[in-house]
Amino acid sequence: MQAGSGAALALENITVTFSARGAGTQTYTAVSDTTLTIAAGEFVSVVGPTGCGKSTLLNIAAGLLEPSAGNVRVLGESLSTINRHAGYMFQADALLPWLSAQDNVELGLKYRGVAPEVRRLRAEEWLARVGLAGHGHRYPHQLSGGMKKRVALAQMLILDPKILLMDEPFSALDIQTRQLMENELLDLWSADRKSVVFITHDLEEAIALSDRVVVLSAGPATRPLGEFAIDLPRPRDVNEIRLTPRFVELHRQIWHAMKDEVLKGYARSQRV
Amino acid sequence: MTDGRKREVRITRGRLALYHALLLGVVFVFWHLMTNPLLVSEEFARNTAFFFGKPLLVLEKTWDWFAGGKIYEHLLVTLIETLLAFGIGTALGLGAGLWLALSPLASALADPYIKAMNAMPRVILAPIFAVWFGLGILSKVALGITLVFFIVFFNVYQGVREVSPVVLNNARMLGAGAGQLLRTVYVPSAMSWVFSSLHTSVGMAFVGAVVGEYLGSARGVGYLILQAEGAFDINTVFAGILVLTAFALALDALVSFAENRLLVWRPGQSETDLL
Ligand SMILES: Nc1ncnc2c1ncn2[C@@H]1O[C@H](COP(=O)(O)OP(=O)(O)O)[C@@H](O)[C@H]1O
Ligand SMILES: [Mg+2]
Repeated sequence: MQAGSGAALALENITVTFSARGAGTQTYTAVSDTTLTIAAGEFVSVVGPTGCGKSTLLNIAAGLLEPSAGNVRVLGESLSTINRHAGYMFQADALLPWLSAQDNVELGLKYRGVAPEVRRLRAEEWLARVGLAGHGHRYPHQLSGGMKKRVALAQMLILDPKILLMDEPFSALDIQTRQLMENELLDLWSADRKSVVFITHDLEEAIALSDRVVVLSAGPATRPLGEFAIDLPRPRDVNEIRLTPRFVELHRQIWHAMKDEVLKGYARSQRV
Repeated sequence: MTDGRKREVRITRGRLALYHALLLGVVFVFWHLMTNPLLVSEEFARNTAFFFGKPLLVLEKTWDWFAGGKIYEHLLVTLIETLLAFGIGTALGLGAGLWLALSPLASALADPYIKAMNAMPRVILAPIFAVWFGLGILSKVALGITLVFFIVFFNVYQGVREVSPVVLNNARMLGAGAGQLLRTVYVPSAMSWVFSSLHTSVGMAFVGAVVGEYLGSARGVGYLILQAEGAFDINTVFAGILVLTAFALALDALVSFAENRLLVWRPGQSETDLL
């Protein structure tokens, strides 16, 4: 499945070099010569140690950051501005704090000039779909962490993007809420298969959700270490799938490939 | 609790209001006693009455103003000046703040001038405004604007600079154009800073109006004080101060009310959320 023109999203030989922090001519190469292709309807997880450049890579795919070298293709076309076909779920809280949940979900439609009555109904529909019917009047600070993530999910999905970019969306949640959200995400995804790039530092989450897991090396100059096809049957339940022998075997196999890099990254972070 | 620990101070709201009233009463009684030859010598009472006025006469004067209806015209003028200065100053501060915060070049260019104008004691502009705009309402509004503008300006500037980059990127990913970003992200973020400085800026607009009137005018509460002072009528001066204080408190209460309505989205601003 390499660099085909039929791919939904293709990162081709991406390198990202940040200019010096503070003074001097120092530069930091976060991502180096990375190629990553996501087929239409494919759910790909990207795992790597913290600070390796996962968010950077996703920002490149979103068109929020310009690569120092390399090319991004979206549905075959070269990306030069914001990626209009992608929805982005950020790692940090990204809801507009001055808008209610309802208005937050409506926002993308409002930007597109959809009539108020239409977007109100559709937002209500989406709030209900993510289990927040009747909570639309609340402001983000009045919502729990899990509820905020649901609103963010609805805010992204209401625009029906072809590509979903998700940056550790559930990593701040407690384990129960997180598994609940993972199952809901799989439900929503299977209804209407979109291409998903799911960033996580949790290998179990990656295996449980995806069709394919891409393992990144530790930074600097991060690049993919390996790719693993996940041949677990769907539909899946993230709680149950973790107990199957095939899951355990995949986990062992990928962990084995990752271990050295994780230790390397850890050693580096200790030195700094 | 007889050990060395501090006793917790706990007073109910009603009690506190009562104590507040009592304290005020004590001050007035003390004032009254010091300006009447009951406990103090006649000479001393005359002197204190000359410098501080007599509380009963001050209250009587205040009562006359309201009962006789003379004060309303002046209050209205002061109120209009305050509101105009506040409205225009806020609009200008908002515009300038947004513009400079979003345009690094303009900001770099204007920086030293903004600093200089902010450092200048701007009350001193009042005579100049009187020359430019006459002794009518305009010169007071102009003075108020110069006071309000900088408060709002710095808050807006700060507000725009502190917009969360994640929220900004989120809006962009949802398809916001430049104008939509301004309206849905920058302005609301800046407005929350403006509202948090609302007490100060309304207060400043009021100061501008009263000081402007005091320095030369034909109407307004500041004018009443100016006139009374010219006649050494200390009781009327104090009555004017009393009215201004009450008026400022009312304005402040209004601001608190507006704030609670407009900043519901802020954590801690609204009352505890009940389901
Ligand atoms: N704007 C930037 N300027 C300089 N360095 C950056 C910038 N953004 C990210 N980095 C660095 O790039 C590396 C990767 O960051 P990031 O993509 O956020 O990591 P991850 O999401 O995998 O935790 C980190 O070492 C980070 O310090
Ligand atoms: Mg990250």
